[in-house]
Amino acid sequence: MSLLASVLSGFLLALLAPIVVRLARERAGWLLALLPAGLTVYFIRLLEPVAAGQTVAVSYPWVPSMGVSFSFYVDGLSLLFALLICGIGTLVVIYAGSYLYKHPHLGRFYLYLLSFMASMLGLVLADNGLTMFVFWELTSLTSFLLIGFEHERESARAAALQALLVTGAGGLALLAGLVLLGQAGGSQEFSALLRGGRAVQNHPLYLPILLLVLAGAFTKSAQFPFHFWLPGAMEAPTPVSAYLHSATMVKAGVYLLARLSPVLGGSEVWHYLVTGAGTATMLLGALIALWQTDLKRLLAYSTVSTLGALTLLLGLDTVLSVKAATLFLLAHTLYKGALFLVAGAVDHETGTRDVTRLGNLSRTMPVTAVAAGLAALSMAGLPPMLGFINKELLYEAKLHAPHAALWVTGAGVLASIFLVVVAGTVGLAPFFRRRADLPKKPHEAPPEMLLGPVVLSGMSLFCGLFPETVANPLLSGAVSAVRAEATMVKLKLWPGINPVFALSVATLVTGAGLYAAQGTVRRAGVLGNAVGRFGPQRWYAWLLAGLNGLASAQTRLLQHGYLRLYLMTIILTTVGLVGSALLLSGDGIGPMGGIADVRFHEWVIAGLILLGALMAVTTSSRLAAAAALSVIGYGVAFIYMLFSAPDLAMTQFAVETLTVILFVLVVYRLPRFAALSSRRARIRDAGVALLAGGLMTMLVLAATVVPREPHLAAFFAQNSWLLAKGRNVVNVILVDFRSLDTLGEITVLGVAAIGVYALLRLRSDDHFESDRHLKEKGEECSR
Amino acid sequence: MFSLILSTAVRYLFPLMLLFSVFLLLRGHNEPGGGFVGGLVVAAAFSFYAIAFGVPAARRTLGIDPRALIGIGLLVAIASGLVSVFLGLPFMTGLWAEPTLPVLGKVGTPLLFDVGVYLTVIGMMLTILFTLAEE
Repeated sequence: MSLLASVLSGFLLALLAPIVVRLARERAGWLLALLPAGLTVYFIRLLEPVAAGQTVAVSYPWVPSMGVSFSFYVDGLSLLFALLICGIGTLVVIYAGSYLYKHPHLGRFYLYLLSFMASMLGLVLADNGLTMFVFWELTSLTSFLLIGFEHERESARAAALQALLVTGAGGLALLAGLVLLGQAGGSQEFSALLRGGRAVQNHPLYLPILLLVLAGAFTKSAQFPFHFWLPGAMEAPTPVSAYLHSATMVKAGVYLLARLSPVLGGSEVWHYLVTGAGTATMLLGALIALWQTDLKRLLAYSTVSTLGALTLLLGLDTVLSVKAATLFLLAHTLYKGALFLVAGAVDHETGTRDVTRLGNLSRTMPVTAVAAGLAALSMAGLPPMLGFINKELLYEAKLHAPHAALWVTGAGVLASIFLVVVAGTVGLAPFFRRRADLPKKPHEAPPEMLLGPVVLSGMSLFCGLFPETVANPLLSGAVSAVRAEATMVKLKLWPGINPVFALSVATLVTGAGLYAAQGTVRRAGVLGNAVGRFGPQRWYAWLLAGLNGLASAQTRLLQHGYLRLYLMTIILTTVGLVGSALLLSGDGIGPMGGIADVRFHEWVIAGLILLGALMAVTTSSRLAAAAALSVIGYGVAFIYMLFSAPDLAMTQFAVETLTVILFVLVVYRLPRFAALSSRRARIRDAGVALLAGGLMTMLVLAATVVPREPHLAAFFAQNSWLLAKGRNVVNVILVDFRSLDTLGEITVLGVAAIGVYALLRLRSDDHFESDRHLKEKGEECSR
Repeated sequence: MFSLILSTAVRYLFPLMLLFSVFLLLRGHNEPGGGFVGGLVVAAAFSFYAIAFGVPAARRTLGIDPRALIGIGLLVAIASGLVSVFLGLPFMTGLWAEPTLPVLGKVGTPLLFDVGVYLTVIGMMLTILFTLAEE
């Protein structure tokens, strides 16, 4: 119960956030942070029981017939993520209150941010696959809203759309994958699937399932070739970049891989796809990061690289690699979160994020400088930071990789060297470099904006000095969940001199050398631009342009604007479909018998209707045509009357009268009919009209063969008075027996009236312009 | 476009048609008639009025925006269905008041529903007619 509340309370607070902001302007961040802080405590208290093997779960039936339940459960893996979400969430909420203090839409920002937090919690705590999917999509949507938060900027809107399209497309693949997985594994619940182990891999659907799930995970976690949306997402306000696009949301794909690796992992395909994509992403991200000059983009590309490394580790699928992945997850969140928040503070205080202009900030922003320095040391992997222990474990895992250990290790060392350079550029250069060219005179950031970086980098240091505090039960629990067996994680700050340590030292030395020669590196940026020009970002642009082109081409083809062609299409389609159904059904049609029974006045009415029809198509006066049409209508109404349907006849009379009035109102200002169609076109139209008439005749004759349902008429005749207290059966059916149908019909009437109103009223001068434009185009085409 | 014959005729026909429409609405449950055709008759009456005296005069006489009538009619129809929900019965169960009223006869939710149809049809027809006539 409290588990469900922990997920849903975020949504509730999100709705209240705008009010809280209005009431407690300056203190809103602190107030709103109480919830994530409380949730953090709640999840910390769950650590011991979960490590002891206790299960915490709730489940409510949602769509029982489809095996969908609204269920949540906690294990070591979801607990690690939940703690990161709530912990970083607390700091980011406080930070944003100060960062966006003057922003007019702070309330809206918190609405989005807290909704995201709740969605992300739901994602990692969900037990049912489809429940998880709903939260997965919610994180994509909230991410869209947050990236496009400053929606006046076109670049922000484009980046938001790009992120949504990429992750949304992956989400669709994931949905299909989860549904198939549910069928193959016999349950939608992750907990049940995990108990089933890797049996699913013998199922014939294993490969499609794996590909679909990986498509979801790779798009969400920005793996090559879908990585390009993440740097674009830096359009979001910095607290969002720190929270969504570094600490939490982009790790949802990694979470999914870890969650499902006991079910889907370990096969050869898994190994090649996951490790391959991870390695490519890791190298590419680190390489491109080298020649970025914008603080946030630097961090974004290094995040891409880290996500690649995490994916790579999960692809290796050894106990060691999973240990390294969980530790990396924690270490990266701590230092990258701190660095992002620092970048925001620097941007806020100096007015620029360009690393070539920043410098000399250690004197004016000392606290920020210390926090940034510690985080950068952790990122570079220097002792005694958590990042150092992490890098040791990374190298060890890669050296013991089951396949291609040499290649994987080499790639890992290369990426780490690049990240050392990035760490220096982001965490040290802006503060300790002598030169500076700042648009604004900087001050130390306000306390709200110092709290996050200080706490996070402080934890990097503390966890590095006392690694056992996080190893048990936090990391052990997570590793046990991913390996589906009890595993203990032991971490040591000083492992002794060994090959791994040698690699670490080599990485640092080379990285430091590269950092010193940075000017040369940045001049090689031409290469980076080339990658940008021909990379997947370009493919995305082509794809989008192609989609729009296709849409407008088919619109031009189908929505040509010629009413007579629309009519012809509709009539011919109807004739084709109904006629073929009639022919294929094989039911006979009734004989045209009984002509002798037709009485004289009925002949007269039929003759009048026919004359009216002839007149309507031959006259050259619009008014006469309208009158002729109403002759037809009144004639039909007479026939209703003769065959004892007074209700129908009365309605028909009223409708005909109003139709004539409508026609008169419109016809009044139209020119006389002009002979626009050629002779051939008129013959064609006559053919179409005859087809439609013929079809209706056939239908009527076919209907006479179908035996009537005597009990229906009898039921209504009997019960109309008894049950509905009315003697007019037609009306009783309309307002009582089938009143829901009538309600639907009058709703449609209302909508139609509004549509007509809109068409007639909302016609502006531009529409005339575009009409003329279209017509000219049409004429060109016909020539 | 003023016509003496038309305007004089409309002066007498208009109230008669309105009265007739109410008559149709009320008798619909037992004899030919009902809300739909009643609404059409009202619309015809108002369109004659609009042709004879102009749309602004017709709008003034109607006294309410026909677009609002669409919404009111739909609300009345839905409300008639909701009455039974509050009594714990399924949506749109027909309910009848016990004592019959002098002119109206039996009163119940189906009649209320028909009133909703009546108002919606009036609103819809007049929205289109007035808009077209004002063009």
